[in-house]
Amino acid sequence: MSDFFQHFGQTVAFIAITAVVIGSALAATFAKSIVHASFALFFTLLGMAGYYFLLGADFLGITQVIIYVGGILVLLLFGVLLTSRSLDQLQIRSRASYIAASAVGLAVLAMLWKAIIRGPWQHVTPVVPQQTTQSLGRLLLTDYLLAFEFSSVTLLAALIGAAYIVRRREK
Amino acid sequence: MQEFVHFLQHDVLARISPPLGALPDQIVLLGAILVGAAPIVAFMAVIAMAWTYGERRIAGFIQARYGPNRVGPEGVLQPLADGIKLLAKEDIAPAGADRPLYELAPLLVFVGALLPFVALPFSEKWVISSMAAGVFYVLAFEAIEVIGIIMAGWAPNSKWSLYGGMRLAAQMVAYEIPMGLCLLTVVALAGTLNLGQICQMQGGAFGVGNWMVWPWVSPFATLAFFMFFVGGLAATKRAPFDLPEAESELVAGFHTEYSGIRFAFFFMAEYAAMYVVCAVATVCFLGGWHGPFREWLAPAAGAPTISDLLGKAVQVKTADGAWFVWANLWGALSVLGKWAFWKPMLYELLGAFYLIAKSFFLLFVMVWMRWTLPRIRIDQVIYMCLKVLLPFSLLCVLGAAAQTVFTDWNLLHWLLSAGK
Repeated sequence: MSDFFQHFGQTVAFIAITAVVIGSALAATFAKSIVHASFALFFTLLGMAGYYFLLGADFLGITQVIIYVGGILVLLLFGVLLTSRSLDQLQIRSRASYIAASAVGLAVLAMLWKAIIRGPWQHVTPVVPQQTTQSLGRLLLTDYLLAFEFSSVTLLAALIGAAYIVRRREK
Repeated sequence: MQEFVHFLQHDVLARISPPLGALPDQIVLLGAILVGAAPIVAFMAVIAMAWTYGERRIAGFIQARYGPNRVGPEGVLQPLADGIKLLAKEDIAPAGADRPLYELAPLLVFVGALLPFVALPFSEKWVISSMAAGVFYVLAFEAIEVIGIIMAGWAPNSKWSLYGGMRLAAQMVAYEIPMGLCLLTVVALAGTLNLGQICQMQGGAFGVGNWMVWPWVSPFATLAFFMFFVGGLAATKRAPFDLPEAESELVAGFHTEYSGIRFAFFFMAEYAAMYVVCAVATVCFLGGWHGPFREWLAPAAGAPTISDLLGKAVQVKTADGAWFVWANLWGALSVLGKWAFWKPMLYELLGAFYLIAKSFFLLFVMVWMRWTLPRIRIDQVIYMCLKVLLPFSLLCVLGAAAQTVFTDWNLLHWLLSAGK
């Protein structure tokens, strides 16, 4: 009985999150104004964090919020709002762009579909990991230290590059 | 979360009545969430009400005038009158507004301000979720507030709102970095991201000797505390960083076009965000729930906890049936007459008192600064963040890391032997 409710609750949560993710993704795709599309993306990104929380990956979920919502989406909105206001009224989609986007989308879908169908799925009994944060930290500073340092140096290079591009040029 | 549900099922519900204990996890959790959310929203509203009054009276005192003193004794009912006024006010939206976004924005800002309370402890055991990544979580959900503010700035189709919203979003995003680094200093010293554990290790002599903020614990944390507080002032758009709602140039910033209950949401979110910054500073730097005389009430090892006592009082009658439910409830109530129940209760209450009192002192400092310092320019705001707070907070993180390595011999040994 309890087991049934456990699965029932998770299924309800999964369906609710999926409805939010797909609904807002569709809204982001078909919204008339680019600002509405950006705000719809907010719910898609938040829904992805919801999936991570549902899977017990709390650290990953929080990271999703801080990076995608707090970083990338804010940057996107700044870009949209600081550029010309007429962009809002601009026809951002044409027939050609619909056809090209659909083609690319269908190609990716076909690829994913094939991967899902052909993939050697293993059925593992789900284990709720305890203390994901601690284990992640330990792994990042031992086994995956090189990858960790490599990505941080890449980000540092990007920061220095950005500072170089926007520097005040002397005549 | 699992532990909490387990505790509710086995130690509370099952002891009141066995059928109640057999309720499925999800239902218990849902009930706990609904029952738990109400006090948090109420606490947030009380904080906002108390501090609108407090802020105006302190402002009056600082500027040698009265402030609100007519509604109720010394004007203490003024926030209630304001609340009724805001509820009854007409809800006006500008004609050119983007209606769905205009209506959504205040709710997003409010929810963003509410979410950190989930991980924020009120006392040693009074915390909704003592999650492992608490510090990280509190920082992350500021992002939802930022999105809400950008939305509020854009939706009314007003230039004052847009400028204010953009300024605030830029300021919040910029100051999140030094604030995060200051908290990282504490995390490096404490070795945990759990807010409760960070607070627990700060007891020391007389409950005040081991606070992170004292230079003898770590000089880097002392510096980090002041920088965190300055960053908090900027992230909650308090003077001298209140550029986003600079009255003389932007009317009221991003909430210029909002009135009535929608404006009240922004208002409550602002005070809740101020409380969150002060409470996080208290928990991470000022010893949180630790304070003098609290250890006198500390439960001895093996002393029965509140839930043990409740369990003992009600588990006499385990048979099924409605009468036993009432008998068990009576048994639970009879616990209220015992000192063994009140001692741990007072222990928690005193902890909550210390934590909230210290947070309120920091809030008072925020108000004090607002009515003392003039507003600074936007370029000075960004200069302060990028060229003053950022380098010094990085220095703090490095210093704290070095201090941890060189004082924790186990860690040093582990590091030196890691390659072998």
